Amino acid sequence: MAKDELAKEFKYIGTRPDRPDGFDKVTGKAKYGADVAAVGMLHGAVLRSPYAHARIKSINFEKAAKLDGVKAIVTRDDFPVGIDGDTLKLLENTIAGEFAYYDGHAIAAVAATSVHIAKEAINEIEVEYEVLPHVIDVDEAIKPEAPVVRENAGDFSVPEGCSPNVASYIEFGIGDINSGFDKADLVKSGRFKTEAAHQGYIEPHACMAQLDHDGQGEMWVCTQGHWYIRQMCASVLGLEASKLCVTPSEIGGGFGGKTTIFIEPLALALSKKSGGRPVKIVMSRAEVLRATGPTASASMDVKIGITKDGYLTSGLVEFRMQGGAFGGSPVSEALQCAFASYNMPAVHHIGYDILANRPRAAAYRAPGSPMAAFAVESLIDEICTDLNLDPIDVRLKNAVKEGDKSSYGPKFKKIGLIETLEATKDHPNYSISLGDNQGRGVAAGYWMNHGGETSVSVSLAEDGSVNVTVGTPDIGGSRASIALMTAETYGIPYNSVRVNIAETGALGFNEPTHGSRATLASGKAVYEAANQTISEMCKRVAKKWQIDPDAVLWDNGYAKPAGPNAGDFSPISIKQIASEMDQTGGPIAGHHEASIRGVGHSFGVHIADVEVDPETGRITVLRYLVAQDAGRAIHPSYVEGQFQGGAVQGIGWALNEEYVYGTDGCLQNAAFLDYRIPVASDLPNIDTVIVEVPNPDHPFGVRGVGETGIAPPLPALANAVAAATNVRLRSLPMSPAKVLKAIKTGSDGC
Amino acid sequence: MTKIHVKTNINGDKVEFLADPRETLLDCLRDHIGLTGSKEGCGTGDCGACSCIFDGDLVSSCLVLGVEAEGKSIETIEGMAGEKELHPLQKKFIEMAALQCGFCTPGILIAAKALLDRNNDPTESEVRYWLAGNLCRCTGYDKIIKAVMETARDIRETA
Repeated sequence: MAKDELAKEFKYIGTRPDRPDGFDKVTGKAKYGADVAAVGMLHGAVLRSPYAHARIKSINFEKAAKLDGVKAIVTRDDFPVGIDGDTLKLLENTIAGEFAYYDGHAIAAVAATSVHIAKEAINEIEVEYEVLPHVIDVDEAIKPEAPVVRENAGDFSVPEGCSPNVASYIEFGIGDINSGFDKADLVKSGRFKTEAAHQGYIEPHACMAQLDHDGQGEMWVCTQGHWYIRQMCASVLGLEASKLCVTPSEIGGGFGGKTTIFIEPLALALSKKSGGRPVKIVMSRAEVLRATGPTASASMDVKIGITKDGYLTSGLVEFRMQGGAFGGSPVSEALQCAFASYNMPAVHHIGYDILANRPRAAAYRAPGSPMAAFAVESLIDEICTDLNLDPIDVRLKNAVKEGDKSSYGPKFKKIGLIETLEATKDHPNYSISLGDNQGRGVAAGYWMNHGGETSVSVSLAEDGSVNVTVGTPDIGGSRASIALMTAETYGIPYNSVRVNIAETGALGFNEPTHGSRATLASGKAVYEAANQTISEMCKRVAKKWQIDPDAVLWDNGYAKPAGPNAGDFSPISIKQIASEMDQTGGPIAGHHEASIRGVGHSFGVHIADVEVDPETGRITVLRYLVAQDAGRAIHPSYVEGQFQGGAVQGIGWALNEEYVYGTDGCLQNAAFLDYRIPVASDLPNIDTVIVEVPNPDHPFGVRGVGETGIAPPLPALANAVAAATNVRLRSLPMSPAKVLKAIKTGSDGC
Repeated sequence: MTKIHVKTNINGDKVEFLADPRETLLDCLRDHIGLTGSKEGCGTGDCGACSCIFDGDLVSSCLVLGVEAEGKSIETIEGMAGEKELHPLQKKFIEMAALQCGFCTPGILIAAKALLDRNNDPTESEVRYWLAGNLCRCTGYDKIIKAVMETARDIRETA
């Protein structure tokens, strides 16, 4: 099934060796955020707001401070004043100032000699609140008369007359949409809604921090990006970034939710206040659900025009997304993804970033793309049904290809949407016959991918093995993919490469493992750094042979004469070069720092088969196919793993997962029992097809693969349910109650 | 609160510790014995990351009090591998890439071993239902289920 136009022969890339950190992770040896302790360590606990919106009139911690074992208590008074802009929003979210903006907002934190004492102390802190009106739902929050979440939150972009809860407004497009709608044989529109979903990583946030009065400190933390943690902690605490050393633990999932700060500045502040003792804070699951993540909830209007033979003529979207009390919903990304799969003469996008009394939205796998896909890909499916057109054929007719200008601006280089659509059309899952109450849904999804700031180093060990040091934490096998690319570059065995994830002092700035960038960006940088060392090795061999360095080439782990004219010399192995380093000029190491460009845009197409129980409304996923363009699958097993994991997160979002609020604005399902992510018995196998249309801007053809897979399941399942029941659900999740109501009344759930 | 002296057996070793009566077995394993392979993902028995074997029964150690370990025999992930090599499930999980972040992996391995110790010929459905109490957010379970099924097959073939 692989379509590969680079036709390169690879020795290691594309193989499936054991991951280097596998042994530690199956034996319990791997150290995650909560797995460390230090001498003299204190335990932290956080007091959180029980109200969705309240003015904090006073905080009295006298009684708490008197408890035996309590060593420090911090409130907003312990943080710097005079901070503004985005840093102020970060600080406000870290610890409330005058107002608590959501149920779970941190109010104060305690460090004590045991967790029990810390929790006891939290209960002894007296806070006087003045409860204020709150707003939760995105369509309520955008009303001009809605309770105001934060005064003066709107920026320059917000048009006059908008609700004060609109933080920003965005509008862009190309072509004349009205003329496009005029040319259409069918114009269809619809309103769609998705609920907030949490990233749901199984490891709660955890850190251990130490900060002295001289401003020097260190931290151990589970994070996708420790330079981000350093930068954010330093900015909200007024520290000098270089004086804070942040070491990433192994990370128990992140999906975008571990790219920002929550408890980390609290642990540092508590440490400083307790005289520099290490302070460990571990969140409970309820805290994770109430106060971190989730993604935005969305209300979306879509209008699409199409000719009767299936060519899209025009598209209009208006997305309203609620991103919590500080704004920052991924509405811009959602708009960019909305029509990105299609070559349309005219598209127009309108977006509102809206405040509500909910936790500050964090990134979640392809932020914004799943909501956009749900709205647009559902409506395209409705159109295909109305016109009796094959949903893959319609997508093939309109699919973007190399050279097309995307719906949001950039011109696509080599991309693989057409190849991916063809792969799904050819797959047996597309032709298996279905029974009663069963239906099949197709949907495409897009993610732009990201390169970002990257810094790596590579060094030759004295025995010819290679140490690679990167700054992108390994969430799902990136040590293996980076080791494979390193082995390929040198022509040395995979097992002779060791990949380390370094602390912040060891490398230049690195963005987190986010944006599907770890294998793409760290891989590209490691390739460059490794080639520096290869040049150096060739130079040293040239000196030994007394020939020009250009007359030495590197081939499969050996320095060789470039040709007969270079001279007759026996090849010298990397092992020998390494063993002689101290005589030939000292250690051999390379490094590379860059803002990595040339991301390969990513497209995926999913096919879902479901059965709907007409008596209960329960949806069973019968089979599921993910096809996606990986560019190049460095370690195919972990590429499949990304496809499967993304798809199942999307399935959860489509079927089960939602934030449920009471009329008091408090989260009612802050536990895994009630915030129900998919379990093994909910699912079939997730079939995969890795399409390989290499990214021309990457030395090995890599496109990021992590994120795209979460977008298509939302519409693919809604489309399958519509096919099974003849009822269209335009609101997620498609819970049994909602499905049953739809079957009985025809309600679309909105 | 006065601590209680607990004598127990963990992975074949005699172990003694002082437990606060409020502490869970998971707390005691992690904080008093230093066995941090068992993880806390929820603290409410929903995620299975703390799965251990408690006198032969598969339990969520976050739902067992530390003082209940008195006189019992406990198996954790740290005791799963043999002295010379990994347990077949551990090997298969690495070989088949049945883990991504690895945080749920110890609990899933303990639970899967408990299944295969009882039934080395489970159906896929039985494996999926047996592991329904072990949440994994990374893999979509596909490779986990396949790894357990393949290990069961290997065990049957070598038996």
